[in-house]
Amino acid sequence: MLEWRRRREPSSAMLWLSPVIAIALTMLLGMIVFTAMGYDGFHGVESIFLRPFLEPQRWADLGVKAAPLVMIALGLAIGFRANVWNIGAEGQYIMGAIAGTGVALATYEMTGWWILPAMALAGVLGGMAWAAIPALLRVRLQVSEILTSLMLTYVAVQVLYFLVRGPWKDPDGFNFPQTRMFTADQTLPAMMEGSLVHLGIPVALLIALVAWLVLERTTAGYAVKVVGLAPAAARHGGFSAGTVTWATLLASGGLAGLAGLFEAAGPFGQLTPQFPVGYGFTAIIVAFLGRLHPLGIVLGGIVLAATYVGGEIAQSTVRLPQAATGMFQALLLFMLLATDVLVKYRIVWKARAA
Amino acid sequence: MNQPHEQKVPPRLALAHISKSFPGVKANDDVSLSVGRGEIHALLGENGAGKSTLVKILYGVQQADEGSIAWDGEIVSIPSPKAARQLGIGMVFQHFSLFDAMTVIENIALGLDEAVDRDVLKARVAAILDSYSLPLDPEREVHTLSVGERQRIEIVRCLLQKPKLLIMDEPTSVLTPQEVEKLFGTLRQIAAEGCAILYISHKLDEIKALCETATILRGGRVVASCDPRTETTRRMAELMIGAELRQLERAAGDRAGAARLAVAGLSLPGEPPFGTDLEGLSFEARAGEILGIAGVAGNGQSELLTALSGERLAERSEAILLDGKPVGQLGAGPRRALGLACVPEERNGHAAVPDFSLAENTVLTARHRLPLAPLGVISGRDVLRFTDAIIKRFDVRTTSPAAPAQSLSGGNLQKFIMGREIGQEPGVLVVCQPTWGVDAGAAAAIRQELVDLAAKGSAVVVISQDLDELLELSDRLCIINEGRLSPPRAVASYGIDEIGLMMGGIHGEAGPAAGAAHA
Repeated sequence: MLEWRRRREPSSAMLWLSPVIAIALTMLLGMIVFTAMGYDGFHGVESIFLRPFLEPQRWADLGVKAAPLVMIALGLAIGFRANVWNIGAEGQYIMGAIAGTGVALATYEMTGWWILPAMALAGVLGGMAWAAIPALLRVRLQVSEILTSLMLTYVAVQVLYFLVRGPWKDPDGFNFPQTRMFTADQTLPAMMEGSLVHLGIPVALLIALVAWLVLERTTAGYAVKVVGLAPAAARHGGFSAGTVTWATLLASGGLAGLAGLFEAAGPFGQLTPQFPVGYGFTAIIVAFLGRLHPLGIVLGGIVLAATYVGGEIAQSTVRLPQAATGMFQALLLFMLLATDVLVKYRIVWKARAA
Repeated sequence: MNQPHEQKVPPRLALAHISKSFPGVKANDDVSLSVGRGEIHALLGENGAGKSTLVKILYGVQQADEGSIAWDGEIVSIPSPKAARQLGIGMVFQHFSLFDAMTVIENIALGLDEAVDRDVLKARVAAILDSYSLPLDPEREVHTLSVGERQRIEIVRCLLQKPKLLIMDEPTSVLTPQEVEKLFGTLRQIAAEGCAILYISHKLDEIKALCETATILRGGRVVASCDPRTETTRRMAELMIGAELRQLERAAGDRAGAARLAVAGLSLPGEPPFGTDLEGLSFEARAGEILGIAGVAGNGQSELLTALSGERLAERSEAILLDGKPVGQLGAGPRRALGLACVPEERNGHAAVPDFSLAENTVLTARHRLPLAPLGVISGRDVLRFTDAIIKRFDVRTTSPAAPAQSLSGGNLQKFIMGREIGQEPGVLVVCQPTWGVDAGAAAAIRQELVDLAAKGSAVVVISQDLDELLELSDRLCIINEGRLSPPRAVASYGIDEIGLMMGGIHGEAGPAAGAAHA
């Protein structure tokens, strides 16, 4: 019979292999589920997980979708390392976009190179401000940041709806609930002529690199890890859990806010009620798929971006419903949590003892 | 029944050729021993010698790979603790499984295999308390009790089942000398009634005083069997550790200089729910001396340590002076930078991070005094160099500085932690239980390092429950009880009875709780 046996040390091979196993299991299980539902399951999975990588014309789209996921997930992962569970990145993402759009609308008649950086700064500050609320409540009153950050997401959505339907509605927009289109000075420059690829992609990679160095080589990164692993030891070593909570929530809020601004000033070019697409939630899966490691998160972001891009392909090739994307993402998280047990345990075949 | 050495009767318990392996270690290797009726049998060995594993096999918690257990001459299998209890085996664990917020009688009821009517149980408990004259109030809530009283609950639990064999696992490690005497009286009475007792300890004096046979384990094997009443403690200790004991070397005479750590009127409320309040603690630790702080666990030792280390701040800055500078309101980092190093009792998760490598654990407390992270960037090379130096100087047995702290045995991790602090040459070192769970050889090495550190002009404060250790190490000694500290005095001025009484709370003005505990 099969038996779980605890490893003496966590397996470092499994640490990296378990996400791969999880992806494989997700593909297999997805195939079975959609075949059972009467779809062409094999080609559905192929469309979602392979086509985006095999067709070069999809790569730009992959990068555009991966950039915000990676950016948000980096911030979240730093917090998760410290046992600070920011589940409300979606709200901070929206608030960042709103703050940046505020700058855009205020500078509508102006031109200058400084406008985009000002918008980016506003985006970061907007996300930080939204994350500061859970930070304050957790540090001062020991309120769980899981609940407050999540609930604030829905507040952010309502603020967005209010603004685009009310004070910020485009005066020349035939009463559609949306803001003005951003001007050229307010839009992210394309990296390649005529493509969607924008500045967000190199910025996301740069942030991943910085996050990696900070986590591995600085006392600040050390503080994050030690507070997460052993709070009493952290106190003994002179690290303050409150400071780390503040710093990680502000960092993750700021990065989510920046991602939101990039999305508004990039692919969208304005704010509309359709702006929140759930990147803030999907980024949680990215963070875990990347094992909370900055470089792993870059890979994880690309995989999850593929589920968005591939989900669209599968809609046209095998007529999978749009909800298939969400299902695959959820399945992936589920498998990820399940295969994680392999890191600390191994399976042994054991003849039944007498 | 009352004759322990009757020839025709088979022994109550006979273990034959017991072996048990875990991944990477053979915990028991061909262990055989027998215990007669009414015999008090010592199982002696260092940490990691295999005592706990043997006892777990006996109590049905684990199964032996090889070997047999004979009970009253018949081979038995003991698949679970419940089966062990049905045979008549009772066990008092080192760590009690009691619910703090419930009363004594409720805790006893919870530990029974079958439901017993409350009034019947009360009567049976009262009868046991009476016949063994154990002072214990069945209606008290457990968190108000001393450690000795808690242990009595566990003993009563066992006695209720009329055991034929009672296993005591390190029962005296947290008791005052008076409580130990009381416990021995009880155990002798139990044995006189025919119950066999397997007494696990590494305290040789106690074994000499109590036991008639001793089986000595080392590295999972039986290395000797002897009569402790006729054997010398030194000989038994050497059998136990398998090497010659090192004597502590220290210069004679009073070397104490100026006060390096001065605590004046330090008060701090305990952390809820059951923390101990510190009430007006005052003492000085002087350059060149080792100040011992004795006390039974849970009387404010861990609170004192966190107050000194800066993990919790004092209400007034002047409550703690370090080389004359007020530091009461400074955090752990700044205090360490000024030369105050602390080693808490709990190694895993407090003094060290189990998941981190030794090198990473070096950064935890050494980065303030050593240039390991200039400008916030950790210098891997410097960290490695210091970690290597600790491993060499303190003979830490590990594969490499990259090994996770949790892969080290308790004793080796303690050597590493002590090395990390002593290696920083602190002006003041405060350690809690420096040799807890450390084998005798390593303990001697750690004590020697403490003596040497003091000799270099640092002040060393040792908070410990191990009175022998304190008497050996300290120049001056004070006693902590219920969050209050007696004034330090030269060790030679104490009688052992006096220390015991003070640990139990009798300071001339006996508190009400102390009176109840030792009526």
